[in-house]
Amino acid sequence: MSDTLPLSIINNRRMDRWLAFQPADRSVRLAVGKVEIGQGVLIALSQIAAEELDVDVGRIDILSGDTDDAPDEGSTSSSQSIEVSGRSVRLVSAELRARILGRLAQRLNCAPDDLSIEDGVFLQHGNPTGHDYWSFSAPEDFAADVTGTATPKPPAQYRVVGQPVPRRDLIAKVTGAAFIHDMVRPDMLHARVLRQPSRQATLTALNEAAVRKAARGDIRIVRVGDFVAFVGADETAVQRAAVAAPAHATWAGVRPLRPEQQEAAWFRDQPADDRHFGDPPASAEGEIVSQTYSRPFVAHAAIAPSCGLAEYRDGHLSVWSHTQGVYPLRNSLADILGLRRDQVTVRHAQGAGCYGHNGADDAALDAAIVAMQMPDHCIRVQWRREEEFGFEPVSTAHMTRLRAVLGADGRPVDWTAEIWAGSHVQRPVFGGHMLAHEALPNRPGAPKANDPSEANGGGGTRNAFPLYDVPAKRVIHHLALETPVRTSSLRGLGALPNVYALECFMDELAERAGVDPVAYRLSFLSDPRARRLIETVAERCGWAARGPSATGKGLGLAWSRYKNKAAYACVAVELDVDREVTLRRVWCAADAGLVINPDGARNQLDGGIVHAASMTLKEQVTFGPDGIASLDWDAYPIMRFSEVPEIDTVIIPNPDQPTLGMGECTFGPTAAAIGNAVAHALGVRIRDMPLTRERIAAALVG
Amino acid sequence: MRIVLTVNGQPVNVEVDETTPLLDVLRNHLGLKGTRYGCGLEQCGTCMVLIDGEPCYACAREAGTVTGRSVTTVEGLGTPDKPHPLQRAFLEEQAGQCGYCLSGILLSAKALLDRNPNPSRAEIVAALDRHLCRCGTYTRIIAAVQRAARMGAHA
Ligand code: FES
Ligand code: FES
Repeated sequence: MSDTLPLSIINNRRMDRWLAFQPADRSVRLAVGKVEIGQGVLIALSQIAAEELDVDVGRIDILSGDTDDAPDEGSTSSSQSIEVSGRSVRLVSAELRARILGRLAQRLNCAPDDLSIEDGVFLQHGNPTGHDYWSFSAPEDFAADVTGTATPKPPAQYRVVGQPVPRRDLIAKVTGAAFIHDMVRPDMLHARVLRQPSRQATLTALNEAAVRKAARGDIRIVRVGDFVAFVGADETAVQRAAVAAPAHATWAGVRPLRPEQQEAAWFRDQPADDRHFGDPPASAEGEIVSQTYSRPFVAHAAIAPSCGLAEYRDGHLSVWSHTQGVYPLRNSLADILGLRRDQVTVRHAQGAGCYGHNGADDAALDAAIVAMQMPDHCIRVQWRREEEFGFEPVSTAHMTRLRAVLGADGRPVDWTAEIWAGSHVQRPVFGGHMLAHEALPNRPGAPKANDPSEANGGGGTRNAFPLYDVPAKRVIHHLALETPVRTSSLRGLGALPNVYALECFMDELAERAGVDPVAYRLSFLSDPRARRLIETVAERCGWAARGPSATGKGLGLAWSRYKNKAAYACVAVELDVDREVTLRRVWCAADAGLVINPDGARNQLDGGIVHAASMTLKEQVTFGPDGIASLDWDAYPIMRFSEVPEIDTVIIPNPDQPTLGMGECTFGPTAAAIGNAVAHALGVRIRDMPLTRERIAAALVG
Repeated sequence: MRIVLTVNGQPVNVEVDETTPLLDVLRNHLGLKGTRYGCGLEQCGTCMVLIDGEPCYACAREAGTVTGRSVTTVEGLGTPDKPHPLQRAFLEEQAGQCGYCLSGILLSAKALLDRNPNPSRAEIVAALDRHLCRCGTYTRIIAAVQRAARMGAHA
């Protein structure tokens, strides 16, 4: 039992915000604020409710992400869904069950312990009572506030939680319409947007006749300030208009990007908010070792360009979005459009996997702006591929310099991580801007540099503190006041570049000390859960038989505990380096405490490995005079079928430990394990991602 | 121009400009939303359909070039009530995260199994390599195609 209520419950106290019994089909309505972004969260939350209520999981009818009908749980991010929302659903379901059974016990004049529930049907000493949830629950059960006083089931009694229950959304996705992109509404019109080439650019001329001619169909051109949209019933025509429009538009005040700004090192000379965490400056004596590692700007690069639908009818704005947070989006839309919050409803509809703050919210604002100009139509904005690559918020370039003072045994006695990066989160609640807002007459001032607090895992500082037993540790974070392009959250924020730095540095220190890298790590790591993972992976990958270095074949290993408080993962990678890197095999062990759905968890762990490998080996957003220059899949290649290694993942069972979010936990360790394996294969270290053919050639030349 | 073609076994005719992408014809004129827009550049594979049994990108294919041809979309494989063995195999393997890439991949997999009922892993990878999956579900997708082959999905 927990002492404090989860934030989700504190913000949504009434039971009826969460649960309802629907007699018509004997189902249970579960409303949650977290949304499906491909991570399988909805089936996991359904399992938790089914478990505590003792109903078949098939009866759970889940409603997620709806500002009218579902609770406010902020954003779906940072592996928080199961930790926070899951705990809330568990407490709420256990409490409703206890409350209803308590009333039934009174009615039957028996002890609550005499009662049990089988698939929603109430039994007394195993015999039918003639009552069930649907007949016996009463309005009073739902009008009450959740107190968090009921005791959920002990894990040993779980029947549904911990089982690989299949997801329910996949059937639609493999047979037909399933996504926001596929929605059809009455009076629907298609729209495309002409984007401002950069913040503060103003439109001085637009040859509308030329755009109309290119459209070869009926379009309406909607202009609000420097925001321009092409709208019509024929999607093909508005698409043609949007493709042609940039050539017919003239802008003033465009801020061109320069290629040097695309490198992490650029941040070293930029004005920054300098923040210090941890122990005071070092006085330790010993040999000093320092190395610098970096990752460039990278894109979410969702497989589907963003889409948003909006309609303004009778003074009310209804919006559909694949946003990570319907409430924060509703608040931003209301503020920007000058509406009261109760005049705006935002509903979640599924999009492609987002991995963070991508263009979803921006597409919703685009649609809303047009809808306000064209009431009584549903406006569907579909971003183009080059628009997604060119205008979604990207993840900031990030440079980490590590400095260790070594003791006589070759282990660090003092540790400093110094970080240069832009903001890792620029959602509007963090002081960032929505894209089209910058084109409107009421455009905002300069965005604020900001990052999540340390209590929330930090942004640039995420995973910067090593969990090794080092007597003194500190982090210095230079949070750049400005970024050349909009930056925001992407899977794990600073964790990937920081773990890459930390775990590559560990191998470098081990080599210096003349000690095997795994033995070196274990020699000053006391966390038993971490040790167990490292030992498990070392065993599975045949670490003991690791060959000599510089043969072209590499084996590398790395681990981390995401945010230093969520799930643990250890990853080993076997690869070949010829002119470029070919991944052969990956071994992974993870410990996330109680796992709700092991099949879904494994899917996320493996997906994180592939995503991180792609980022480490291939990905970089490039800049040109006209803005972001990597605008298609040729310019921004990602990992493909033919490049994917065999992956062997085990989840260490730990059902008595609290559930830890695991969507991001393989991310940093995969990057660093690849870095270490490449160094092992080459006999030379590459410290700047991505580890491309060019970087390998340069490293070999020395 | 009037375009006459066969879609999922049914004869259809639509009145469109001949340069309209087949993707728009399928999605907007015929309401078949399972064929998805990802890039419009023949780079990602989310729009893959079969034209006379061959996998083709629908995004850059002009409608005028498919007149008289036979097009198969994911809706033509099976329905939620009566899924095709390939669709069943993908569900049984839970081969998907967001799922956006899957409908196109299913069609490339169908073409593969139709001509090679027992493909090796390497043959599956080669047949699917035009498709991107940003969620990184590749390994499961390969396993799903192998499962479908065992189920006799070509039948
Ligand atoms: S949409 Fe056709 S290949 Fe990407
Ligand atoms: S499952 Fe999301 S892109 Fe493949």
